[in-house]
Amino acid sequence: MKNIFAVAGIVIKELYRRKDFYVLFILTVLICLVMASVNIFNDKQIVRYLKELCLLLIWVSSLVIAITATARQIPAEREQRTLLPLLAKPLTRTQLIFGKFLGCWLACGLVLICFYAAFAVLAASREHAWPLLNYFQAAFLHWIALGVVVALALFGSLVFAAPSSNSTICFVIVVTILCIGRYLNTVALSLAETSHFLSSVIYAVYFAIPHLEIPFEMRNLIVHDWPLVAWKFIGLDTLYLLAYATAFLVAACLVFRRKPVN
Amino acid sequence: MSVILKTEKLRVEFSSREFRQAAKVALSSLDLEVNAGEVFGFLGPNGAGKTTTMNVLLGFVTPTSGTAYLFGIDVRQPIARQRIGYLPEMTYYYKFLTAEELLRFYAKIFGLPRGETDKRIDELIKLVELEHARKRPIKSYSKGMQQRVGLAQALINNPDLLILDEPTSGLDPLGRMKVREIIQRLKNEGKTVFFSSHELGEVETVCDRVAIIHQGELKAVGRVNEITGTRANLEKAFLDTIGYQPQTAP
Repeated sequence: MKNIFAVAGIVIKELYRRKDFYVLFILTVLICLVMASVNIFNDKQIVRYLKELCLLLIWVSSLVIAITATARQIPAEREQRTLLPLLAKPLTRTQLIFGKFLGCWLACGLVLICFYAAFAVLAASREHAWPLLNYFQAAFLHWIALGVVVALALFGSLVFAAPSSNSTICFVIVVTILCIGRYLNTVALSLAETSHFLSSVIYAVYFAIPHLEIPFEMRNLIVHDWPLVAWKFIGLDTLYLLAYATAFLVAACLVFRRKPVN
Repeated sequence: MSVILKTEKLRVEFSSREFRQAAKVALSSLDLEVNAGEVFGFLGPNGAGKTTTMNVLLGFVTPTSGTAYLFGIDVRQPIARQRIGYLPEMTYYYKFLTAEELLRFYAKIFGLPRGETDKRIDELIKLVELEHARKRPIKSYSKGMQQRVGLAQALINNPDLLILDEPTSGLDPLGRMKVREIIQRLKNEGKTVFFSSHELGEVETVCDRVAIIHQGELKAVGRVNEITGTRANLEKAFLDTIGYQPQTAP
Protein backbone atom coordinates (compact mmCIF):
# COMPACT_ATOMS: atom_id res chain seq x y z
CA MET A 1 0.00 0.00 0.00
CA LYS A 2 2.87 2.40 0.75
CA ASN A 3 3.91 2.30 -2.91
CA ILE A 4 0.37 3.10 -4.06
CA PHE A 5 0.20 6.05 -1.65
CA ALA A 6 3.66 7.29 -2.73
CA VAL A 7 2.59 7.35 -6.39
CA ALA A 8 -0.77 8.95 -5.47
CA GLY A 9 1.05 11.67 -3.52
CA ILE A 10 3.09 12.63 -6.59
CA VAL A 11 -0.05 12.77 -8.76
CA ILE A 12 -1.78 15.10 -6.28
CA LYS A 13 1.35 17.28 -6.07
CA GLU A 14 1.41 17.54 -9.86
CA LEU A 15 -2.24 18.54 -10.04
CA TYR A 16 -1.97 21.34 -7.52
CA ARG A 17 1.26 22.65 -9.01
CA ARG A 18 -0.21 22.85 -12.49
CA LYS A 19 -2.46 25.76 -13.44
CA ASP A 20 -5.36 23.82 -15.02
CA PHE A 21 -7.42 23.48 -11.84
CA TYR A 22 -7.01 27.11 -10.79
CA VAL A 23 -8.03 28.38 -14.23
CA LEU A 24 -11.16 26.20 -14.33
CA PHE A 25 -12.07 26.97 -10.71
CA ILE A 26 -11.75 30.74 -11.13
CA LEU A 27 -13.63 30.61 -14.44
CA THR A 28 -16.47 28.56 -12.96
CA VAL A 29 -16.75 30.74 -9.85
CA LEU A 30 -16.68 33.92 -11.97
CA ILE A 31 -19.47 32.67 -14.25
CA CYS A 32 -21.53 31.62 -11.23
CA LEU A 33 -20.93 34.98 -9.51
CA VAL A 34 -22.00 36.92 -12.59
CA MET A 35 -25.13 34.76 -12.92
CA ALA A 36 -25.95 35.14 -9.23
CA SER A 37 -25.54 38.92 -9.29
CA VAL A 38 -27.98 39.50 -12.16
CA ASN A 39 -31.64 40.11 -11.32
CA ILE A 40 -33.63 38.44 -14.12
CA PHE A 41 -37.32 39.47 -14.51
CA ASN A 42 -37.58 40.00 -10.72
CA ASP A 43 -38.34 36.27 -10.58
CA LYS A 44 -37.79 34.89 -7.09
CA GLN A 45 -37.66 31.33 -8.44
CA ILE A 46 -34.70 32.29 -10.61
CA VAL A 47 -32.34 31.03 -7.90
CA ARG A 48 -33.32 27.46 -8.81
CA TYR A 49 -32.28 27.93 -12.43
CA LEU A 50 -29.08 29.57 -11.31
CA LYS A 51 -28.32 26.68 -8.97
CA GLU A 52 -29.01 24.20 -11.75
CA LEU A 53 -26.68 26.02 -14.14
CA CYS A 54 -23.96 26.34 -11.49
CA LEU A 55 -24.13 22.63 -10.68
CA LEU A 56 -24.01 21.78 -14.39
CA LEU A 57 -20.89 23.95 -14.69
CA ILE A 58 -19.35 22.16 -11.71
CA TRP A 59 -20.06 18.80 -13.36
CA VAL A 60 -18.53 19.88 -16.66
CA SER A 61 -15.45 21.40 -14.96
CA SER A 62 -14.90 18.35 -12.76
CA LEU A 63 -15.19 16.02 -15.77
CA VAL A 64 -12.68 18.11 -17.72
CA ILE A 65 -10.22 18.06 -14.80
CA ALA A 66 -10.69 14.33 -14.11
CA ILE A 67 -10.35 13.25 -17.74
CA THR A 68 -7.51 15.53 -18.85
CA ALA A 69 -5.46 14.98 -15.70
CA THR A 70 -5.83 11.19 -15.83
CA ALA A 71 -5.38 10.83 -19.58
CA ARG A 72 -1.89 12.33 -19.50
CA GLN A 73 -0.53 10.36 -16.52
CA ILE A 74 0.91 7.22 -18.17
CA PRO A 75 1.71 8.81 -21.59
CA ALA A 76 3.67 11.58 -19.83
CA GLU A 77 5.62 9.01 -17.79
CA ARG A 78 6.43 7.17 -21.01
CA GLU A 79 7.33 10.30 -22.98
CA GLN A 80 9.53 11.78 -20.25
CA ARG A 81 11.01 8.31 -19.63
CA THR A 82 10.31 8.62 -15.89
CA LEU A 83 8.61 5.22 -16.15
CA LEU A 84 12.05 3.58 -16.43
CA PRO A 85 13.58 4.61 -13.08
CA LEU A 86 10.16 4.16 -11.46
CA LEU A 87 9.63 0.57 -12.58
CA ALA A 88 13.28 -0.22 -11.86
CA LYS A 89 12.34 0.21 -8.20
CA PRO A 90 10.46 -2.51 -6.30
CA LEU A 91 7.15 -1.19 -7.64
CA THR A 92 4.83 -3.38 -9.69
CA ARG A 93 2.87 -2.15 -12.69
CA THR A 94 -0.38 -2.91 -10.84
CA GLN A 95 0.74 -0.70 -7.95
CA LEU A 96 1.57 2.07 -10.42
CA ILE A 97 -1.90 1.88 -12.02
CA PHE A 98 -3.64 1.86 -8.64
CA GLY A 99 -1.41 4.71 -7.40
CA LYS A 100 -2.24 6.82 -10.45
CA PHE A 101 -5.94 6.05 -10.01
CA LEU A 102 -5.93 6.88 -6.32
CA GLY A 103 -3.99 10.12 -6.89
CA CYS A 104 -6.32 11.35 -9.63
CA TRP A 105 -9.42 10.31 -7.71
CA LEU A 106 -8.32 11.97 -4.46
CA ALA A 107 -7.33 15.10 -6.40
CA CYS A 108 -10.83 15.13 -7.93
CA GLY A 109 -12.22 14.89 -4.39
CA LEU A 110 -10.22 17.97 -3.36
CA VAL A 111 -11.42 19.79 -6.48
CA LEU A 112 -15.03 18.92 -5.64
CA ILE A 113 -14.64 20.19 -2.08
CA CYS A 114 -13.50 23.57 -3.46
CA PHE A 115 -16.30 23.70 -6.04
CA TYR A 116 -19.11 22.66 -3.68
CA ALA A 117 -17.83 24.98 -0.90
CA ALA A 118 -17.87 27.93 -3.33
CA PHE A 119 -21.30 26.86 -4.55
CA ALA A 120 -22.66 26.56 -0.98
CA VAL A 121 -21.45 30.06 -0.10
CA LEU A 122 -22.97 31.45 -3.28
CA ALA A 123 -26.30 29.67 -2.77
CA ALA A 124 -26.46 30.70 0.91
CA SER A 125 -25.90 34.33 -0.07
CA ARG A 126 -29.18 34.19 -2.05
CA GLU A 127 -31.26 31.70 -0.05
CA HIS A 128 -29.85 32.01 3.49
CA ALA A 129 -29.97 28.24 3.94
CA TRP A 130 -27.30 25.55 4.45
CA PRO A 131 -28.68 22.12 3.46
CA LEU A 132 -25.33 20.52 4.27
CA LEU A 133 -26.47 16.89 4.13
CA ASN A 134 -27.96 17.43 0.67
CA TYR A 135 -24.65 18.91 -0.46
CA PHE A 136 -22.81 15.98 1.07
CA GLN A 137 -24.94 13.34 -0.69
CA ALA A 138 -24.68 15.10 -4.06
CA ALA A 139 -20.92 15.77 -3.75
CA PHE A 140 -20.20 12.26 -2.47
CA LEU A 141 -21.94 10.47 -5.34
CA HIS A 142 -20.40 12.98 -7.75
CA TRP A 143 -16.97 11.97 -6.43
CA ILE A 144 -17.77 8.25 -6.72
CA ALA A 145 -18.93 8.82 -10.32
CA LEU A 146 -15.63 10.60 -11.03
CA GLY A 147 -13.91 7.43 -9.80
CA VAL A 148 -15.48 5.55 -12.74
CA VAL A 149 -14.48 8.36 -15.12
CA VAL A 150 -10.88 8.38 -13.82
CA ALA A 151 -10.62 4.58 -14.16
CA LEU A 152 -12.05 4.77 -17.69
CA ALA A 153 -9.57 7.50 -18.70
CA LEU A 154 -6.69 5.53 -17.19
CA PHE A 155 -7.71 2.46 -19.16
CA GLY A 156 -8.06 4.63 -22.28
CA SER A 157 -4.57 6.07 -21.78
CA LEU A 158 -3.16 2.56 -22.24
CA VAL A 159 -5.25 1.79 -25.29
CA PHE A 160 -5.08 5.05 -27.25
CA ALA A 161 -1.73 6.49 -28.23
CA ALA A 162 -2.41 10.19 -27.72
CA PRO A 163 -3.82 11.76 -24.54
CA SER A 164 -5.92 14.14 -26.67
CA SER A 165 -7.74 11.32 -28.48
CA ASN A 166 -8.26 9.48 -25.21
CA SER A 167 -9.65 12.63 -23.54
CA THR A 168 -12.05 13.29 -26.42
CA ILE A 169 -13.30 9.69 -26.54
CA CYS A 170 -13.76 9.54 -22.76
CA PHE A 171 -15.58 12.86 -22.72
CA VAL A 172 -17.93 11.79 -25.52
CA ILE A 173 -18.65 8.45 -23.78
CA VAL A 174 -19.36 10.07 -20.41
CA VAL A 175 -21.54 12.85 -21.84
CA THR A 176 -23.46 10.29 -23.93
CA ILE A 177 -24.08 8.17 -20.83
CA LEU A 178 -25.21 11.23 -18.87
CA CYS A 179 -27.54 12.44 -21.63
CA ILE A 180 -29.07 9.31 -23.17
CA GLY A 181 -27.98 6.39 -20.96
CA ARG A 182 -31.27 6.31 -19.06
CA TYR A 183 -33.41 6.23 -22.24
CA LEU A 184 -31.72 3.24 -23.88
CA ASN A 185 -34.12 0.71 -22.38
CA THR A 186 -37.10 2.71 -23.67
CA VAL A 187 -35.52 2.82 -27.14
CA ALA A 188 -34.85 -0.93 -26.98
CA LEU A 189 -38.44 -1.59 -25.96
CA SER A 190 -39.81 0.49 -28.84
CA LEU A 191 -37.61 -1.44 -31.30
CA ALA A 192 -38.54 -4.87 -29.95
CA GLU A 193 -41.39 -5.26 -32.45
CA THR A 194 -39.49 -4.18 -35.58
CA SER A 195 -35.91 -5.34 -35.00
CA HIS A 196 -35.33 -7.93 -32.35
CA PHE A 197 -31.56 -7.99 -32.90
CA LEU A 198 -31.11 -4.22 -32.60
CA SER A 199 -33.34 -4.17 -29.58
CA SER A 200 -31.19 -6.86 -27.90
CA VAL A 201 -28.00 -4.94 -28.69
CA ILE A 202 -29.39 -1.73 -27.19
CA TYR A 203 -30.58 -3.65 -24.13
CA ALA A 204 -27.08 -5.14 -23.76
CA VAL A 205 -25.54 -1.68 -23.98
CA TYR A 206 -28.06 -0.37 -21.45
CA PHE A 207 -27.09 -3.02 -18.92
CA ALA A 208 -23.36 -2.84 -19.68
CA ILE A 209 -22.73 0.89 -19.29
CA PRO A 210 -22.15 2.49 -15.90
CA HIS A 211 -25.23 4.61 -15.18
CA LEU A 212 -23.56 7.83 -14.15
CA GLU A 213 -26.84 9.69 -14.51
CA ILE A 214 -27.87 8.63 -10.98
CA PRO A 215 -25.18 10.81 -9.30
CA PHE A 216 -25.77 13.42 -12.02
CA GLU A 217 -29.44 13.69 -11.08
CA MET A 218 -28.52 14.18 -7.42
CA ARG A 219 -28.29 17.85 -8.41
CA ASN A 220 -32.09 17.98 -8.05
CA LEU A 221 -31.65 17.36 -4.35
CA ILE A 222 -30.01 20.76 -4.10
CA VAL A 223 -31.88 22.57 -6.86
CA HIS A 224 -35.40 21.65 -5.72
CA ASP A 225 -34.64 21.19 -2.01
CA TRP A 226 -35.80 17.59 -2.16
CA PRO A 227 -35.56 15.41 0.92
CA LEU A 228 -32.44 13.31 1.43
CA VAL A 229 -32.07 10.02 -0.42
CA ALA A 230 -32.11 6.97 1.87
CA TRP A 231 -28.51 6.19 2.86
CA LYS A 232 -28.88 2.54 1.84
CA PHE A 233 -29.48 3.68 -1.77
CA ILE A 234 -26.42 5.92 -1.60
CA GLY A 235 -24.48 2.88 -0.37
CA LEU A 236 -25.85 0.62 -3.13
CA ASP A 237 -25.08 3.15 -5.85
CA THR A 238 -21.57 3.56 -4.42
CA LEU A 239 -21.01 -0.19 -4.62
CA TYR A 240 -22.47 -0.31 -8.14
CA LEU A 241 -20.16 2.46 -9.39
CA LEU A 242 -17.09 1.15 -7.57
CA ALA A 243 -17.62 -2.22 -9.27
CA TYR A 244 -17.31 -0.46 -12.66
CA ALA A 245 -14.22 1.48 -11.52
CA THR A 246 -12.64 -1.80 -10.40
CA ALA A 247 -13.47 -3.48 -13.71
CA PHE A 248 -11.79 -0.65 -15.67
CA LEU A 249 -8.77 -0.77 -13.37
CA VAL A 250 -8.37 -4.53 -13.76
CA ALA A 251 -8.60 -4.10 -17.54
CA ALA A 252 -5.98 -1.31 -17.36
CA CYS A 253 -3.64 -3.56 -15.33
CA LEU A 254 -4.03 -6.40 -17.83
CA VAL A 255 -3.26 -4.11 -20.78
CA PHE A 256 -0.33 -2.42 -18.98
CA ARG A 257 1.23 -5.78 -18.11
CA ARG A 258 1.67 -6.53 -21.81
CA LYS A 259 2.85 -3.05 -22.82
CA PRO A 260 6.55 -2.48 -23.45
CA VAL A 261 7.98 0.09 -21.05
CA ASN A 262 9.84 2.09 -23.69
CA MET B 1 34.01 -13.72 -5.14
CA SER B 2 30.19 -13.83 -5.24
CA VAL B 3 28.31 -13.37 -8.49
CA ILE B 4 25.82 -10.51 -8.28
CA LEU B 5 24.51 -10.40 -11.83
CA LYS B 6 24.13 -13.44 -14.01
CA THR B 7 22.50 -14.22 -17.32
CA GLU B 8 22.19 -17.74 -18.71
CA LYS B 9 21.61 -18.33 -22.42
CA LEU B 10 19.55 -15.15 -22.59
CA ARG B 11 17.64 -14.74 -25.82
CA VAL B 12 15.30 -11.90 -26.71
CA GLU B 13 13.30 -11.76 -29.92
CA PHE B 14 11.06 -8.90 -30.94
CA SER B 15 8.27 -9.97 -33.25
CA SER B 16 7.77 -7.74 -36.26
CA ARG B 17 4.49 -5.96 -36.87
CA GLU B 18 4.98 -6.38 -40.60
CA PHE B 19 3.23 -9.39 -42.12
CA ARG B 20 5.57 -12.31 -42.78
CA GLN B 21 8.57 -10.45 -41.40
CA ALA B 22 10.89 -12.57 -39.30
CA ALA B 23 11.27 -11.75 -35.62
CA LYS B 24 14.29 -9.58 -34.81
CA VAL B 25 16.82 -11.24 -32.55
CA ALA B 26 18.01 -8.60 -30.08
CA LEU B 27 19.99 -10.97 -27.86
CA SER B 28 21.27 -14.41 -28.67
CA SER B 29 22.39 -16.83 -25.97
CA LEU B 30 24.02 -14.22 -23.75
CA ASP B 31 26.01 -15.59 -20.81
CA LEU B 32 27.32 -12.94 -18.47
CA GLU B 33 28.57 -12.85 -14.90
CA VAL B 34 29.40 -9.77 -12.85
CA ASN B 35 31.16 -10.23 -9.52
CA ALA B 36 30.61 -8.27 -6.34
CA GLY B 37 32.66 -5.08 -6.04
CA GLU B 38 33.74 -4.77 -9.65
CA VAL B 39 33.08 -2.04 -12.19
CA PHE B 40 31.91 -3.79 -15.33
CA GLY B 41 31.80 -2.00 -18.68
CA PHE B 42 29.25 -3.19 -21.22
CA LEU B 43 30.29 -2.11 -24.69
CA GLY B 44 28.83 -2.37 -28.13
CA PRO B 45 27.82 -0.27 -31.11
CA ASN B 46 24.31 1.23 -31.30
CA GLY B 47 21.69 -1.51 -31.62
CA ALA B 48 24.04 -4.19 -30.31
CA GLY B 49 21.66 -5.19 -27.50
CA LYS B 50 23.09 -3.32 -24.49
CA THR B 51 19.88 -1.55 -23.52
CA THR B 52 17.84 -4.72 -24.18
CA THR B 53 20.10 -6.61 -21.75
CA MET B 54 19.56 -3.89 -19.16
CA ASN B 55 15.82 -3.95 -19.81
CA VAL B 56 15.76 -7.69 -19.14
CA LEU B 57 17.77 -7.24 -15.95
CA LEU B 58 15.31 -4.58 -14.78
CA GLY B 59 12.26 -6.68 -15.60
CA PHE B 60 11.06 -4.37 -18.41
CA VAL B 61 11.41 -7.04 -21.10
CA THR B 62 10.62 -10.72 -20.67
CA PRO B 63 13.28 -12.91 -22.32
CA THR B 64 12.17 -15.27 -25.07
CA SER B 65 14.34 -17.94 -23.45
CA GLY B 66 17.08 -18.14 -20.85
CA THR B 67 17.16 -16.54 -17.43
CA ALA B 68 18.68 -13.58 -15.65
CA TYR B 69 19.39 -13.25 -11.96
CA LEU B 70 20.24 -10.35 -9.66
CA PHE B 71 21.62 -11.46 -6.27
CA GLY B 72 20.48 -14.97 -7.17
CA ILE B 73 16.83 -13.91 -7.59
CA ASP B 74 15.03 -14.19 -10.93
CA VAL B 75 14.68 -10.68 -12.37
CA ARG B 76 10.97 -11.24 -13.02
CA GLN B 77 10.37 -10.87 -9.28
CA PRO B 78 10.14 -7.19 -8.15
CA ILE B 79 12.09 -8.00 -4.97
CA ALA B 80 15.17 -8.58 -7.18
CA ARG B 81 15.23 -4.79 -7.68
CA GLN B 82 15.32 -3.95 -3.96
CA ARG B 83 19.12 -3.70 -3.85
CA ILE B 84 19.81 -2.11 -7.22
CA GLY B 85 20.05 1.45 -8.47
CA TYR B 86 19.33 2.31 -12.08
CA LEU B 87 20.18 5.37 -14.12
CA PRO B 88 18.53 5.33 -17.56
CA GLU B 89 19.93 7.18 -20.52
CA MET B 90 18.54 10.70 -20.99
CA THR B 91 15.65 10.83 -18.58
CA TYR B 92 13.73 13.96 -17.69
CA TYR B 93 12.57 13.64 -14.09
CA TYR B 94 9.30 15.09 -12.77
CA LYS B 95 9.74 18.76 -13.62
CA PHE B 96 7.33 20.01 -10.96
CA LEU B 97 9.34 18.40 -8.13
CA THR B 98 12.51 19.64 -6.46
CA ALA B 99 15.52 17.32 -6.21
CA GLU B 100 14.75 16.79 -2.52
CA GLU B 101 11.10 15.86 -3.20
CA LEU B 102 12.11 13.49 -5.99
CA LEU B 103 14.55 11.66 -3.75
CA ARG B 104 11.97 11.50 -0.95
CA PHE B 105 9.45 9.95 -3.35
CA TYR B 106 11.85 7.21 -4.46
CA ALA B 107 12.91 6.63 -0.84
CA LYS B 108 9.24 5.98 0.04
CA ILE B 109 9.05 3.30 -2.64
CA PHE B 110 12.04 1.57 -1.07
CA GLY B 111 10.32 1.89 2.31
CA LEU B 112 13.17 3.83 3.94
CA PRO B 113 12.31 5.21 7.38
CA ARG B 114 11.97 9.02 7.61
CA GLY B 115 15.17 9.62 9.60
CA GLU B 116 17.25 7.50 7.26
CA THR B 117 15.65 9.18 4.23
CA ASP B 118 16.63 12.67 5.50
CA LYS B 119 20.19 11.51 6.16
CA ARG B 120 20.48 9.79 2.80
CA ILE B 121 19.09 12.80 0.89
CA ASP B 122 21.62 15.14 2.57
CA GLU B 123 24.48 12.76 1.71
CA LEU B 124 23.44 12.30 -1.90
CA ILE B 125 22.73 15.96 -2.60
CA LYS B 126 26.23 16.67 -1.31
CA LEU B 127 27.73 13.82 -3.35
CA VAL B 128 26.24 15.08 -6.61
CA GLU B 129 26.98 18.72 -5.68
CA LEU B 130 23.42 20.01 -5.85
CA GLU B 131 23.20 21.66 -2.40
CA HIS B 132 22.56 25.07 -3.96
CA ALA B 133 19.64 23.77 -6.05
CA ARG B 134 18.04 21.18 -3.78
CA LYS B 135 14.87 23.22 -3.26
CA ARG B 136 14.57 24.40 -6.87
CA PRO B 137 12.19 22.66 -9.29
CA ILE B 138 13.95 20.21 -11.60
CA LYS B 139 12.59 22.08 -14.64
CA SER B 140 15.15 24.84 -13.89
CA TYR B 141 18.11 22.40 -13.96
CA SER B 142 20.72 22.13 -16.71
CA LYS B 143 21.27 18.80 -18.48
CA GLY B 144 24.30 18.01 -16.32
CA MET B 145 22.37 18.79 -13.13
CA GLN B 146 19.50 16.55 -14.28
CA GLN B 147 21.94 13.72 -14.89
CA ARG B 148 23.36 14.19 -11.39
CA VAL B 149 19.83 14.10 -9.90
CA GLY B 150 19.42 10.86 -11.83
CA LEU B 151 22.56 9.50 -10.26
CA ALA B 152 21.33 10.55 -6.81
CA GLN B 153 17.97 8.77 -7.31
CA ALA B 154 19.85 5.64 -8.41
CA LEU B 155 21.74 5.71 -5.11
CA ILE B 156 18.84 6.54 -2.75
CA ASN B 157 18.51 2.98 -1.41
CA ASN B 158 22.30 2.63 -0.96
CA PRO B 159 22.30 -0.12 -3.61
CA ASP B 160 24.81 -2.92 -3.83
CA LEU B 161 24.54 -2.95 -7.62
CA LEU B 162 24.30 0.08 -9.89
CA ILE B 163 23.10 -0.27 -13.47
CA LEU B 164 23.99 2.81 -15.49
CA ASP B 165 22.91 3.21 -19.12
CA GLU B 166 25.35 5.60 -20.80
CA PRO B 167 25.70 7.80 -17.72
CA THR B 168 27.87 10.41 -19.41
CA SER B 169 25.94 10.69 -22.66
CA GLY B 170 25.26 14.30 -23.64
CA LEU B 171 27.39 15.77 -20.84
CA ASP B 172 30.18 18.31 -21.25
CA PRO B 173 33.76 17.28 -20.24
CA LEU B 174 33.30 18.70 -16.74
CA GLY B 175 30.01 16.84 -16.24
CA ARG B 176 31.60 13.65 -17.54
CA MET B 177 34.51 14.00 -15.16
CA LYS B 178 32.16 14.49 -12.20
CA VAL B 179 30.15 11.37 -13.08
CA ARG B 180 33.40 9.42 -13.50
CA GLU B 181 34.56 10.61 -10.07
CA ILE B 182 31.31 9.43 -8.52
CA ILE B 183 31.65 5.99 -10.15
CA GLN B 184 35.23 5.80 -8.87
CA ARG B 185 34.06 6.71 -5.39
CA LEU B 186 31.34 4.06 -5.48
CA LYS B 187 33.93 1.51 -6.55
CA ASN B 188 36.09 2.48 -3.56
CA GLU B 189 33.05 1.94 -1.32
CA GLY B 190 32.83 -1.62 -2.63
CA LYS B 191 29.75 -1.15 -4.82
CA THR B 192 29.25 -3.15 -8.00
CA VAL B 193 28.72 -1.00 -11.08
CA PHE B 194 27.44 -2.35 -14.39
CA PHE B 195 27.43 0.32 -17.05
CA SER B 196 27.20 0.80 -20.76
CA SER B 197 29.11 3.54 -22.52
CA HIS B 198 30.46 4.66 -25.85
CA GLU B 199 33.27 6.59 -24.17
CA LEU B 200 35.98 3.96 -24.43
CA GLY B 201 38.62 6.12 -22.76
CA GLU B 202 36.37 6.43 -19.76
CA VAL B 203 35.70 2.69 -19.71
CA GLU B 204 39.45 2.03 -19.84
CA THR B 205 39.96 4.32 -16.83
CA VAL B 206 37.27 3.07 -14.46
CA CYS B 207 36.41 -0.52 -15.42
CA ASP B 208 37.84 -3.70 -13.94
CA ARG B 209 36.33 -5.89 -16.64
CA VAL B 210 34.50 -5.27 -19.88
CA ALA B 211 32.22 -7.21 -22.21
CA ILE B 212 31.81 -6.43 -25.90
CA ILE B 213 28.51 -7.28 -27.52
CA HIS B 214 27.68 -7.04 -31.21
CA GLN B 215 24.42 -7.92 -33.00
CA GLY B 216 23.08 -9.49 -29.82
CA GLU B 217 26.06 -11.82 -29.35
CA LEU B 218 28.79 -11.65 -26.76
CA LYS B 219 32.07 -11.19 -28.63
CA ALA B 220 34.56 -10.77 -25.80
CA VAL B 221 34.68 -10.56 -22.03
CA GLY B 222 37.61 -10.05 -19.68
CA ARG B 223 39.91 -7.58 -17.96
CA VAL B 224 40.68 -4.40 -19.93
CA ASN B 225 44.33 -5.40 -20.50
CA GLU B 226 43.25 -8.88 -21.67
CA ILE B 227 40.86 -7.40 -24.22
CA THR B 228 43.34 -4.77 -25.36
CA GLY B 229 46.16 -7.34 -25.70
CA THR B 230 48.89 -6.09 -27.98
CA ARG B 231 46.70 -3.38 -29.53
CA ALA B 232 47.25 0.31 -28.87
CA ASN B 233 44.13 0.93 -26.81
CA LEU B 234 40.64 -0.31 -26.00
CA GLU B 235 39.14 1.55 -28.96
CA LYS B 236 41.32 -0.38 -31.40
CA ALA B 237 40.50 -3.64 -29.64
CA PHE B 238 36.79 -2.80 -29.71
CA LEU B 239 36.82 -2.07 -33.45
CA ASP B 240 38.72 -5.29 -34.17
CA THR B 241 36.34 -7.32 -32.03
CA ILE B 242 33.22 -6.10 -33.80
CA GLY B 243 34.93 -6.69 -37.15
CA TYR B 244 35.15 -3.09 -38.29
CA GLN B 245 37.19 -2.65 -41.48
CA PRO B 246 38.39 0.92 -42.00
CA GLN B 247 37.73 2.13 -45.55
CA THR B 248 40.65 3.79 -47.22
CA ALA B 249 39.96 6.79 -49.46
CA PRO B 250 40.41 6.08 -53.21
